[in-house]
Amino acid sequence: MKIGAPKEILEGEARVAMTPDSAVQLRKLGYDCLIEAGAGEAAGFADAAYEKAGVKVVQSAAALWQGADIVVKVREPVAEEVARLRKGQTLISFFWPAQNEALLEQCKARGATVIAMDMVPRISRAQKMDALSSMANIAGYRAVIEAGSNFGRFFTGQVTAAGKVPPAKVLVVGAGVAGLAAIGTATSLGAMVFAFDVRPEVAEQIESMGAEFVFLDFEEATADGSESGGYAKPSSPEFREKQLEKFRELAPEMDIVITTALIPGRPAPKLWLEDMVAAMKPGSVIVDLAAEKGGNCDLTRPGEKIVSDNGVTVVGYTDFASRMATQSSTLYATNIRHMMTDLTPAKDGQVVHNMEDDVIRGATVTHEGEITFPPPPPKVKAIAAAPRKEKPKELTPEEKKAREAAAFRKQTITQVAMLAVGAALMLLVGAFAPASFMSHFIVFALSCFVGFQVIWNVSHSLHTPLMAVTNAISGIIILGALLQIGSGNWLVVILATVSVLIATINIVGGFLVTRRMLAMFQKS
Amino acid sequence: MSIGIVSAAYIAAAVLFILALGGLSNQEKAKRAVWYGIVGMGLAVLGTVFGPGIGHYWLLIPAVLIGGYAGYEVARRVEMTEMPQLVAALHSFVGLAAVFIGLNAQLELNHVMALKAADDGAAVEALKGFAAVLAHKTPVEISILKVEVFLGIFIGAVTFTGSVVAFGKLAGKIDGKPHKLPGGHILNLVAVIAAIALGYLYFTGAGIWTMVLMALLAGFIGWHLIMGIGGADMPVVVSMLNSYSGWAAAAIGFTLGNDLLIVTGALVGSSGAILSYIMCRAMNRHFVSVILGGFGGTGGPAAEVEGEMVAIDADGVAAALEDADSIIIVPGYGMAVAQAQNSVSVLTEHLRKQGKTVRFAIHPVAGRLPGHMNVLLAEAKVPYDIVLEMDEINEDFPQTDVAIVIGSNDIVNPAAQDDPNSPIAGMPVLEVWKAKQVIVSKRGQGTGYSGIENPLFYKENTRMFYGDAKQSLDKLLTLIR
Repeated sequence: MKIGAPKEILEGEARVAMTPDSAVQLRKLGYDCLIEAGAGEAAGFADAAYEKAGVKVVQSAAALWQGADIVVKVREPVAEEVARLRKGQTLISFFWPAQNEALLEQCKARGATVIAMDMVPRISRAQKMDALSSMANIAGYRAVIEAGSNFGRFFTGQVTAAGKVPPAKVLVVGAGVAGLAAIGTATSLGAMVFAFDVRPEVAEQIESMGAEFVFLDFEEATADGSESGGYAKPSSPEFREKQLEKFRELAPEMDIVITTALIPGRPAPKLWLEDMVAAMKPGSVIVDLAAEKGGNCDLTRPGEKIVSDNGVTVVGYTDFASRMATQSSTLYATNIRHMMTDLTPAKDGQVVHNMEDDVIRGATVTHEGEITFPPPPPKVKAIAAAPRKEKPKELTPEEKKAREAAAFRKQTITQVAMLAVGAALMLLVGAFAPASFMSHFIVFALSCFVGFQVIWNVSHSLHTPLMAVTNAISGIIILGALLQIGSGNWLVVILATVSVLIATINIVGGFLVTRRMLAMFQKS
Repeated sequence: MSIGIVSAAYIAAAVLFILALGGLSNQEKAKRAVWYGIVGMGLAVLGTVFGPGIGHYWLLIPAVLIGGYAGYEVARRVEMTEMPQLVAALHSFVGLAAVFIGLNAQLELNHVMALKAADDGAAVEALKGFAAVLAHKTPVEISILKVEVFLGIFIGAVTFTGSVVAFGKLAGKIDGKPHKLPGGHILNLVAVIAAIALGYLYFTGAGIWTMVLMALLAGFIGWHLIMGIGGADMPVVVSMLNSYSGWAAAAIGFTLGNDLLIVTGALVGSSGAILSYIMCRAMNRHFVSVILGGFGGTGGPAAEVEGEMVAIDADGVAAALEDADSIIIVPGYGMAVAQAQNSVSVLTEHLRKQGKTVRFAIHPVAGRLPGHMNVLLAEAKVPYDIVLEMDEINEDFPQTDVAIVIGSNDIVNPAAQDDPNSPIAGMPVLEVWKAKQVIVSKRGQGTGYSGIENPLFYKENTRMFYGDAKQSLDKLLTLIR
């Protein structure tokens, strides 16, 4: 079968869905590759490079749509492209089916199969084709670069001969893929980075990237991220108030604010209000990655860069990924290539559209003249539901004291009971045994106590030497043999002699081997 | 030497023994503490030899010299990997000596009784040493003596045969798998009852034959009990036998009325008991269940393991180590079997020279003897301050780049935590799977000694480095240098 990538029609879209590298891999899967002339130009891939990779360069879009069985694209198709779809053809691109119902209808009517890259379920197996994440990663990086180019100072703090430069303070709102990428980029440029997210479970990820988690003191039954497939959910009005209050507090200090807060299928929540912009220092920069969905900032104008009255730059571009077209094309093409690998189990250039497969099923929005959106929930959960942790109940000091007292009492009772039983046993023995026995018995009992006390302190790493040294000292049994060896009975003498011999082996062998072992333990 | 001076020597010896054991709390103090033990033993032996009532020096001195030379040779020649066998062998000696001394006590008692019965006052007065002590005992004391003799011989015989079997298993001379005669523990129970019956006969006046027969029965119990226990439970077995050898000495001490024997026996006995307790806790098993052999019943089918084992070659391991900053090595019995400790040490040295943090995590039951791994690593010149216990290092795995598992299996099995139906559920394990990458050096795809599937090998961040541990590591070393 043939895979073709047309030139993107949308104004300003520089990305392309196939690169020379991905084409080589696709050819290994048994496919023939086509590309529209000049499709990769804007992303830095010349036609010649494609030809070198064995891709056939087709002069017109019409010819490409005609020739390809599978069309791979970046943006959702425009009307002109939909008209070119034919029955049995497969289209792979971003599609946003929830927002583009009319488009979905049209595609269904054409009888084509559409695989939406934005619908790939978020499960570990599908990560390699998760184009949203790879694009978000680029957007996060680019957001910091855009901020930097509009920001008049260093990111990193420096002490120079010409004076001291404080580090830039960056606040990242929303720690999804884009947010984390922004945190990573900003920290590596040397800025002080703060990050906020409504999902407390990402605090660890934020801190691992080197930013400080902005902690919100709010009591709420926090939802488990796994319920929403790892995405954020709308928060309660009280929570939102608290959150805005925190942002208001932070606004005057921050030099750069990068907002990435999005909730799937909803307009972006307004988090950075006009008064917060007003509170910021002149020259500060706000980069709104949610601009396409209306923006997190009140002042954002999608697709534009504006400067507020107090000199704060608000960047509302919607094409961050396209602004780094080479990088984003490479990653997107790789995502597509992985999708094709899953669609071609036999690597024979034939698509097997397995609707039983969670990933393929999830991403397919029209198939064989049917609309297959929305997909059933995936069989595998995106994130294993974290077992509900029972929060250890905060104890009041009184309760704590009461509990400690109870534990102490219980301990006392068991200890006293054991002592009582022990004493009773002793008394029983003492009542019948003669005094000479009891004097030895006292020695025995005390030695056991001393032994227990002493051995508990022995270091674990010295257990083998401990055994060897106890071997040696248990050779003390030689005393018994020595006391008997002077006997007049020959059998006794012989047995005693043998005992002396083997006990000596124990003593000498045990001590020497212990010394040998201990000498080996060396400090670095 | 008078009785008083001998007693003083005994007191000094007892104190020195306690200091010797207490000194083992750290590596540096321990080196001094051994000397305390040696001096204590010297005092005790010399005090006894030159004390009252000792004769037959012409037999005694050669026996000491021969025994001493044999001990010296053994201690000089033994390989550190053979330590478990040596320890077991030494236990058996104590057990055997206890049996002999117990029998002797009875022989002497017979002799003294015969003299007393003949009312030969002069001969009784002329008795020396132990016999003289016996001659002055009251009938009640004689009865107690008999109980003590019985206990001394019984524990001694169990220790002797048990240790011999343990030695055979550890040295590989006997198959390490558990074996039981038909009837299993019923047989042991019958033997114990028979031994007690013989003890009763002896107590009521039957001759020494009861004790000889009882010693044989006890010997059978020791043999059968340890035969029924598998190889990896040996740490518990060896420490248990260590404890028994102590109790046997203490029992003999009672028989002879010698306080130093009692003190030392009690020290050794409690030391072994604590070691057994620590080992059992480390396996989350009850002492009784270990001794009775085999794993306890499970609550249901073990969870299925999903995924596949991914192999890695020496180049891959070298690359992983190249990128890593912090590395934890988890050695097990497999390292001792393959004699790979020196290669591990060289590897550690190289990695440390490259500025990486390399540490060792030791599970309490790794190897065949408590503390076995520490000794092997120490022999291979791995500094002891980078060799850490489970409790010290378990929390550090999430911050570790690479965990290398060499020849251990059950002690790194995540099923102990995740699968309540696993036979080892609840056993504390080293959480290697929390490291960013785990490399498992293993001979083949088989399960561990317990026959439990190890889900660690199937985890996404685990790579299997197949082959003999030593050869694999040597190959790796050529790439790291």
